[in-house]
Amino acid sequence: MRKLSRLSRFNIASLALGLAFLYLPILILVIYSFNASRLVTVWGGWSLRWYHEFFNDRAMIEAAWMSLRVAVSSATIATLLGTLAAVALSRGERFGGRTLFSGMLYAPLVMPEVITGLSLLLLFVALNAERGFWTVTIAHTTLTMCFVAVVVQSRLGSLDRSLEEAAMDLGCDPVRAFVAVTLPLIAPAIVAGWMLAFTLSLDDLVIASFTTGPGSATLPIRIYSEVRLGVKPEINAICTLVIVLIAVVIVVASLASKLSSSQGESAAPL
Amino acid sequence: MSGRRIFARPARFAAIAPYVWMVLFFLVPFAFVLKISLSQTAIAQPPYEPVFDLTAGWEAVKTALAALSIDNFRLLISDEIYAFAYVRSLTVAVTATVLLLLIGYPIAYGMARLPKRWQAVAMVLVIVPFWTSFLIRIYAWINILQHDGLLNQILLALHLVSQPVVWLSTDSAMYIGIVYSYLPFMILPLYATLAKMEPALEEAAGDLGAPPWQVFWLVTFPLSLPGVGAGVLLCFIPIVGEFVIPDLLAGSNALMIGQTLWLEFFTNKDWPVASAAAIVLLVVLLVPLLLYERLQKRQLEQGR
Repeated sequence: MRKLSRLSRFNIASLALGLAFLYLPILILVIYSFNASRLVTVWGGWSLRWYHEFFNDRAMIEAAWMSLRVAVSSATIATLLGTLAAVALSRGERFGGRTLFSGMLYAPLVMPEVITGLSLLLLFVALNAERGFWTVTIAHTTLTMCFVAVVVQSRLGSLDRSLEEAAMDLGCDPVRAFVAVTLPLIAPAIVAGWMLAFTLSLDDLVIASFTTGPGSATLPIRIYSEVRLGVKPEINAICTLVIVLIAVVIVVASLASKLSSSQGESAAPL
Repeated sequence: MSGRRIFARPARFAAIAPYVWMVLFFLVPFAFVLKISLSQTAIAQPPYEPVFDLTAGWEAVKTALAALSIDNFRLLISDEIYAFAYVRSLTVAVTATVLLLLIGYPIAYGMARLPKRWQAVAMVLVIVPFWTSFLIRIYAWINILQHDGLLNQILLALHLVSQPVVWLSTDSAMYIGIVYSYLPFMILPLYATLAKMEPALEEAAGDLGAPPWQVFWLVTFPLSLPGVGAGVLLCFIPIVGEFVIPDLLAGSNALMIGQTLWLEFFTNKDWPVASAAAIVLLVVLLVPLLLYERLQKRQLEQGR
């Protein structure tokens, strides 16, 4: 017993240090976004000055708006396609080219973004497509639908298939059984998938840089070009706003999934 | 059983839209990369010379195939910068992955030993930074590591150093950034295997007289190897192609392959060489990619 308790003190220490390592930099950034001083590292008292500066920066606001539009539309298309892909993979048994299909869905998860971005740009150039909102949206959809597919597929895999079979024994056709029984049960995963796609799109710099055209930069592209030129306190404010936005999205998502998973649990014993 | 089979047919139709999408926007683009990597560099808009034109029929394809050139690949081999970049990418990825394993393992282990209720909390706490923009997290470190940043201020205040240390634009800054960004990718698979492990096995080893380090090395670690494998691959593969972190945090003296590709593309506008570099990068990563896919398949089967 003694040995175990000494071990657990080591556990707690490493856990605490690890979490501190993960959170302190973000916390410091948020605190410094309220710094009145122009020098990023000298504390000049609390102030909303840099938030003010951001809301008066037309180019930044435009980039943020572009990012939001791309994130919402690509996440929505990706959720539709990703859910379909997950259904096909977990319920479709065998079909022609299934291995190729799942391979294509898994590869973008780990492939370096430079390759994905480069290949899509070459496609768009070959098609003579005008680069901007739609090309970035298509690129982000391609990347994020793979994440949606993985999230939804794991939820589908843990579902009890007898529920669907029961619905069909009671006279539902497969499509109706899916809509009435399966869809409500996987809804939390679909919501989580959308949120993940949304944040991934909002976050992406590399693929967006390759696929966007002149005059339609996303927020990460603007932030990146500013950061390369040196640290600007305004960036702290923008970053804090993005963190708050993502935090809101996570809270909404977890509430939604808690709500429907408690429904799912009460439905399961039936 | 028959119900499942009835269900399978419409499910197959569900594949059509995502299948077409992935072929169009994932598979076909690779054909273009391959094609352009075999083209001649040209100073034009777009800056490459097309090698074939499908509208011209089979004869044109034949002449085009004859005109394909592997000059770009030859350049990659002969030019020291590229060889150096590939070696550098692999070294950085190996070093960072080892660091990630050393830092991530104790954290995952600590998580797995928490009471069940707290495990869920710890997991959320590890995932949340992953949801936060990765560019923001790198930027947060620039704030800390710069010349008059917080780290130097603390070190000076504690009289640990007499003058500011240069952190930014060094390899250590880059490793801090990489470890920081990829830590959740290492912790989560490790935690997944460690949490599933039967604690009785460790207790038994302890009861039989093994000191804690032996319990860990002979029982815990070998049993966690699937998680180690998944974590290592999940970190190693994307780090090889990493571009933003080294660009913002490392010095400009030694470029990784992701950066050379980016420069070749955007600054030198040499699309064929950039494409060839992408192909070589993909080939280098093919082995760990296939390993990763196999591992994931096995884990999916175990999960069922």
